[in-house]
Amino acid sequence: MNFLRGLMLGQYVPAESPVHRLDPRTKLLGTMWLVGVVFGTRSLAGLAVLTAFLAGVLAAGRIGPAYALRGLRPVFWLVGIAVVFQVVFGDSGGHVLFRRGPLVVTRENLAAGVFYGYRLILLVAATTVMTFTTSSVELTDGLERLLRPFRRVGVPAHELALMMTIALRFIPTLFEETETIMKAQMARGAEFTRGSLAARARALIPLLVPLFVGAFRRADALALAMEARGYRGGEHRTRMKELRVAIRDYVAAGALLLVAAVVLVPPSLWRAVVGR
Amino acid sequence: MIRCEGVTHVYQRGSPFEATALEDVSLEIGAGDVIGIIGATGSGKSTLVQHLNGLLRPTAGRVYLDDVDINAREVDRRRVRQQVGLLFQYPEHQLFEETVTADVGFGPRNLGLAPDEVRERTARALAQVGLDPAVFGPRSPFSLSNGEMRRVAIAGLLAMEPRMLILDEPTAGLDPASRREILDHIMRLRNARGLTIVLVSHSMDAVARLCRRVVVLDRGRVVAQGPTRDVFADPARLAALGLGVPQVAECARLLRERGVPVRPDVLTVEEARRAILDVLAGVAGRRPAPKKVP
Ligand SMILES: Nc1ncnc2c1ncn2[C@@H]1O[C@H](COP(=O)(O)OP(=O)(O)OP(=O)(O)O)[C@@H](O)[C@H]1O
Ligand SMILES: [Mg+2]
Repeated sequence: MNFLRGLMLGQYVPAESPVHRLDPRTKLLGTMWLVGVVFGTRSLAGLAVLTAFLAGVLAAGRIGPAYALRGLRPVFWLVGIAVVFQVVFGDSGGHVLFRRGPLVVTRENLAAGVFYGYRLILLVAATTVMTFTTSSVELTDGLERLLRPFRRVGVPAHELALMMTIALRFIPTLFEETETIMKAQMARGAEFTRGSLAARARALIPLLVPLFVGAFRRADALALAMEARGYRGGEHRTRMKELRVAIRDYVAAGALLLVAAVVLVPPSLWRAVVGR
Repeated sequence: MIRCEGVTHVYQRGSPFEATALEDVSLEIGAGDVIGIIGATGSGKSTLVQHLNGLLRPTAGRVYLDDVDINAREVDRRRVRQQVGLLFQYPEHQLFEETVTADVGFGPRNLGLAPDEVRERTARALAQVGLDPAVFGPRSPFSLSNGEMRRVAIAGLLAMEPRMLILDEPTAGLDPASRREILDHIMRLRNARGLTIVLVSHSMDAVARLCRRVVVLDRGRVVAQGPTRDVFADPARLAALGLGVPQVAECARLLRERGVPVRPDVLTVEEARRAILDVLAGVAGRRPAPKKVP
């Protein structure tokens, strides 16, 4: 019955590590940077470098490789489908490896499918590394700070961050509640995984109604509790933890630049600069 | 009859959040038994009872219902759940229908019963928890008080006509009158229909009053198990586990400390009354006037 938990991508893993201690802004911007680099990669060597880099960050963040892979499991399905599409519907022509009726598999298409699929995995892996090592509070703090300059053009940075904090805070609660209500209804003979599509959709009503009722009840209680403690929006609020950029953040930024340089700069250019 | 053999349950195995909630739990619940399960918060009570109707699968060990392994491939878990009714903590959170009648009828409808039979069972179940079907039936469950919602949820289980009723803290968060009323309804049912009852509770008084046997859990292990009186005979041990004894037992202990020779093993108010009267009679037999008990 714990299958819902299996779907929770990249749940924060509390630990003491240099990666955990990085400023959340560094991690947010760094992740975006990495995503860009992954998209820009054209070579297998580039993917290999990025894989090694992410593995290094995971190790530095004290995340076990087995656990990290489990977090990626749902993505593997998606990637599998993407690869199949590329292979089946890709360009015709090239070296034919396999042919049966209308199905033609060429070496070029297979290689492209695997390449794009793997790139997709790396994309998710990059973001997952961030969520593994950054608590939701830090994440929203970082986001608020990054959005602050845009307040002048009407971006409600604080409110957005607060909404995100609350949403993130209650997602696990919602999952737990879903599980409990499902079990409670199963105790009354409900079936969620059997029958026709229509029957399954109907079976969701006994789950969704209590879930929504519970969410509203909780929202009410939360609003009341916040007001009772004098919460009045973002102006003039001080923080318990001030964000500070430290040396390790510069080190991380340097590492990210280096990875980008290695991956994105074509080998010929490298040779021209370094080799001579 | 339910039998657990070496049941171990590990939540989120293989993740950094891995938690062993039950470890090597063995126990037996006979037909017609009334068993209490006590233990501090987080000791695994809820986890344990969810194994008894197959909602959770043990990580290791087996659960038998009438000598059939309920997690065997060929067993219809829905039938197990019909026979072993499980009331969750805060069951009022699972109500969803537009009317009380429809909500209580959810279980019977899932059993595939005819509409007439569903109606009949619904009305009977509501009456069994002390709610008039004519008055409460057409109302929205969300318009009821907490205690009434709780009773509707219990009726929802009773309408499935289980042989065994497992109640996970059925009276948590209710006022004393509702608490008493709900437990009384349950005991009346037990006596009328010979139901087997498993009561998970933080109220030592309720457990002492209703249960014949008690199982004590501590951090996922069974640390004591036996007749209620024996389990409550060792208050120091229970206190070390974060538990107490019934208030009257505590009262009797204090009396003995002050030199009043009441029986040490009283569990209910009635027993305490008799024990004190016995002492007074004994004192009266020896002395002209009974001494006042402090
Ligand atoms: N879904 C879950 N995932 C991970 N750990 C869990 C889960 N459910 C319970 N636990 C853990 O298992 C242990 C036993 O929990 P359980 O709910 O069975 O305790 P309990 O005795 O019912 O407590 P309470 O008296 O508070 O209801 C606890 O330490 C709890 O944190
Ligand atoms: Mg519990």
